[in-house]
Amino acid sequence: MSILVFLEHHGNELQKGALGVLTKAASLGDSDVAAVLVGGGVKALASEAGTFGAGKVFVADDDAFEPPLPQARVDVLAKIVQEHGYETVLIANSVLAADIAAGLAARLDAGLNWDLVDITGDWVGKRPALQDSVYVDVGWKSTPRIALFRAGSFDASATGGGEPEIVDVSAELSDHSQQARVTGQELEEASGKSIEDADVIVAGGRGLGAPENFSLAEELARALGGAVGATRAVVDAGWYPYAAQIGQTGKVVSPKLYVALGISGAIQHKVGMQSSNVIVSINKDANAPIFEFSDLGVVGDVHEIVPKLTELIKQRKG
Amino acid sequence: MKIAVCVKHVPEGNAKIDPSTKRLDRAGEGALNHFDANAVEEALRVKGDSDTEVVVVSLGPARAADSLRKALAMGADRAVLISDEAAAGSDLVATSKLLAAALEKESADLVLFGQQASDSDGAVLWAAVAERLRRPVVSQAAELSVAEGSLKVKRQTEFGYDVIESPLPAVVAVSDAINEPRYPSLKGIMGAKKKPFDTLSLADIGVDAGDAGEPGSKTEVLGLSDPPSRGDARKIEDDGNAAQAILDFLAEKRLV
Repeated sequence: MSILVFLEHHGNELQKGALGVLTKAASLGDSDVAAVLVGGGVKALASEAGTFGAGKVFVADDDAFEPPLPQARVDVLAKIVQEHGYETVLIANSVLAADIAAGLAARLDAGLNWDLVDITGDWVGKRPALQDSVYVDVGWKSTPRIALFRAGSFDASATGGGEPEIVDVSAELSDHSQQARVTGQELEEASGKSIEDADVIVAGGRGLGAPENFSLAEELARALGGAVGATRAVVDAGWYPYAAQIGQTGKVVSPKLYVALGISGAIQHKVGMQSSNVIVSINKDANAPIFEFSDLGVVGDVHEIVPKLTELIKQRKG
Repeated sequence: MKIAVCVKHVPEGNAKIDPSTKRLDRAGEGALNHFDANAVEEALRVKGDSDTEVVVVSLGPARAADSLRKALAMGADRAVLISDEAAAGSDLVATSKLLAAALEKESADLVLFGQQASDSDGAVLWAAVAERLRRPVVSQAAELSVAEGSLKVKRQTEFGYDVIESPLPAVVAVSDAINEPRYPSLKGIMGAKKKPFDTLSLADIGVDAGDAGEPGSKTEVLGLSDPPSRGDARKIEDDGNAAQAILDFLAEKRLV
């Protein structure tokens, strides 16, 4: 068995989702697990992948790969898969990675199963479908197989692997891969941790009442060591940045703890967070749908309860 | 200029998977995938008063014509429906091949997609189609402007926004934040009936039956199961001690 994992990075950090997929790949038996890192000035990030189970890291380090665009990355991945005969390519989902996965599928005429939350060693993927009301087992009829995983499907954990073999690669870029250019960037650094990397997310919705009340969510998140998320309604209303949006049109997350403050639990939001391990929700409306998929639902006023809860957690942590 | 918009006809209401075929049951009422309405709207906005032609393209059963008619009623100029028994059950790789073959014949300057399909949650097709057409692709476009021979997109990402420029022809997938789709007017609905509408078979687009449907697909559905249950849910009313109750719960779950 040979598995290739695409390692997405942002700035000087490997993305936790990609490291989670790498951890999973390494757990699938005694396979040849390699990672691919593509970017400008990224070589220094390669050795970390060994800790998460990559025996080998292919590095395409070139200024041409600096802009976060998919098609040049397809050129690199296609070349590695073809030259080295990798049977399976595993990719953690993101705006960039989804386009890489589908481009690679078309380039190699390979099967792509997307939005998977799990995979077995005999290559059966699990995909929640129809608003997660049913789980579909999906397979591949031929190799190479390409799998795209929902964010947060696997924990990234150091497996104790050693220094990986680093293999420099270059690829001839296709004409169509070199057309698009990034001519500007506006990075919204959300205060504190990003929601993809957080074990705890405190999310706020309309029920917070006003944009300034997001401080309730921020303070609770700080006390719990977590990040702040938001519903589409409040992002559309300009209360909180898009980077924090959770749901069908935002991010899909599955932290260990999800605290929903003043969120009704519309299907749009539900699909983005219902695979969280533990869900605690506070809402004034006893009939809010969020209570149907909360482990602990509290009918009450977030403005009363949250400051007390934040204080209690701070006291406990001393 | 010519803009092609790819749209999907999706089941309305509570969609179900047919256990015998393991495919989505498409027998009931359907509608234009609402994310694709954003792409149609954006094409019409770019067109404005110009002589740009907007062609809507769909792959689906005969009744997918309803969704194409809706796009025509919104203001698109022409519709193309690829409909063939042999295309049913096509996965991503097969679907991208069929759509690309039809788009190749259109040779549009700009191909637009919506950000996802509301039935399958698929949100990747454009990149596969762009690869087959060998065109640049930009997804999650929150803003789009088209000038002479080029485009500029503001792409929403996990980290903020990227401004991306590309020459035409190109493929763009728009975010649903890009616009508010119009409702078809009565005049538009009446006018849609007279607009050109082509239905094409696999032979018409030059794709072998072996490259479509299940024979042309590289993935398969093996089985269906119930989602994992959440176990015992607790619900309490705040009697003034809810904060303590939450803390106790978090402690019990070893989360604090």
